[in-house]
Amino acid sequence: MRFFLESKKLMLLALGIYVILRLSFSFDIVSEYIEQITIYVFIVILAATGLNVIYGYTGQFSLGHAAFYGIGAYTSAYLAKTSGLENFLFFPAMILAGGLMAALVAYIIGIPILRLRDDFLGIATLGFGILVRVFLDNSDRISETLGGSRGFTGIARLTNLEIAFFVTVFLLLVTRNFISSRYGLFWRCIKEDETASASIGIDTARMKLMAFVYGCFLAGVAGALYAHLYTFLHPSNFDFLRSIDFLIIVILGGMGNIAGTIYAGLLWVGFIEGLRIVLPANIVDLRWVFIPLLLIVLMMWRPYGLMTKKKG
Amino acid sequence: MEQASYIAAQVINGLQLGAVYALIALGYTMVYGILRLINFAHGDIFMLGAFVAYFLISRFGMPLYLVFFATMAVTALSGYLMEKIAYKPLRNAPRISLLITAVGVSLFLEYFCSLRSIFTPDYIGFPRPFEMETYNFSPGGFEFSFTNVQALIFAITFSALVLLYLLVYRTKQGRAMRAVSYDQETAALMGINIDNTVSLTFMVGAALAGMGGVLYGIAYPQINVFMGIMPGIKSFIAAVLGGIGIIHGAVIGGLIVGVSEVIVSAFLSSTYRDGVIFVILLIVLLVKPSGIFGKRSDKV
Repeated sequence: MRFFLESKKLMLLALGIYVILRLSFSFDIVSEYIEQITIYVFIVILAATGLNVIYGYTGQFSLGHAAFYGIGAYTSAYLAKTSGLENFLFFPAMILAGGLMAALVAYIIGIPILRLRDDFLGIATLGFGILVRVFLDNSDRISETLGGSRGFTGIARLTNLEIAFFVTVFLLLVTRNFISSRYGLFWRCIKEDETASASIGIDTARMKLMAFVYGCFLAGVAGALYAHLYTFLHPSNFDFLRSIDFLIIVILGGMGNIAGTIYAGLLWVGFIEGLRIVLPANIVDLRWVFIPLLLIVLMMWRPYGLMTKKKG
Repeated sequence: MEQASYIAAQVINGLQLGAVYALIALGYTMVYGILRLINFAHGDIFMLGAFVAYFLISRFGMPLYLVFFATMAVTALSGYLMEKIAYKPLRNAPRISLLITAVGVSLFLEYFCSLRSIFTPDYIGFPRPFEMETYNFSPGGFEFSFTNVQALIFAITFSALVLLYLLVYRTKQGRAMRAVSYDQETAALMGINIDNTVSLTFMVGAALAGMGGVLYGIAYPQINVFMGIMPGIKSFIAAVLGGIGIIHGAVIGGLIVGVSEVIVSAFLSSTYRDGVIFVILLIVLLVKPSGIFGKRSDKV
């Protein structure tokens, strides 16, 4: 109960946003496409927050975040489909299963690879991401349902505004509390100086692993929501560029800044999808010429993220 | 015996691919050594090299040796511009912003080149500059063969490597490069022009990648604007395998990556070939994070 009381203002804000969205969805003010994008924004924010915990707060460079997103997506979709429990009653369990599977895999590979630092950790996670991609491409050898490189089709559409919104808001609040807890303090210490943290008695290996597992859990949950929103999964949805997408959101929002991640996620997805709507059909291909240019300019203008003018 | 010949043939094919990876990996390793930047756009410079060579051969019918020099000049220039326009303003920014910028440059090059009015997003057949010939050898019943394409690739990669060694270890510029990669601030205090040294590093790396692009086009005559992505990532892996910042490490790493990729395609399944490299990478990183030849003090 304390959990809810302490974040009363945020809860009210979230409720207000929900009511506005629900009304505009119910009265068909926005098209179905925009509804889908809106739900997708929450999913992206959730996954990017996971990366923010790992990289922004704890300083563990990861270039393979999309792999855990994919593991969550495939796990929950596979479980839902093979068990036949494709209904709203069991959906929360399927989401949880996706998150837990991602967390389990993160735990297993985190123990060895989190010993690496900086770019080496980045390369190792990038390698792991590509390994997962290869695995998904060949997954039809394990089970026909997974579809391999043809893609996983026919997933029930269970993700709606309510589930995506409240799962995301709930987990963001949990994350916020985590960050301000003792563990969050240890994480931030490790980011500033790992050796000094170890010397004052922080179990750095354990704390890094904890942050990594928790961040990947969020990615897995986001993946499960994604699978049941778009009803189709393909290994290429979870490749290196998707990992970079999450990284861009974390950097634009500012490292170690949850509110920043929310704004940046909204802006990034809104901008990419918005261009698709705004640009006339004959130059819509130019979108991906402008987006990288914008990214380069943004990095020059605000190298510490959109919200921060200078370091500190 | 037949099995042995088949393995030998696959190893030679692997070395051919590995030599191209090695040329790309050299640029990665040099830039990383000097700026600590994973230059994701380096794979796209390789793509650019293949396309420049394609136009020079098919439109202008240029002889092959001139194609090499012209392509290297064009890619060196693009490497120079890339550094000056996109990376230099961020010299004092956090390294992660630089990395995101590199991704931005990479995406820009790919999608800009894929426009219908530039290179188009289609696969394009690379013209054969000369007829392919196969040389057969059978010392003591053990048969193996290689083609003139492979001979060309090995000869050019080897000579590029020798020239690069001379540049880095026998010239004043090379000494400046090593000094900057060792300690940028102190190097600046010793009167080394950091900007020029960084530019030179980018240009040399881009020229080598351009050369790799030409050789790749000759050996695997299908080119596409997105062809640089996977070779780029694999070459960076190769540089890490060999020990980042070490020239011969990048070459050996490239050859290991090329050979294991081809062997896995031949004996297991080509769908697993991307996976095996990363398994090797993870093992090497866990056993020796600084790479096969890595020592802390031995950078570029």
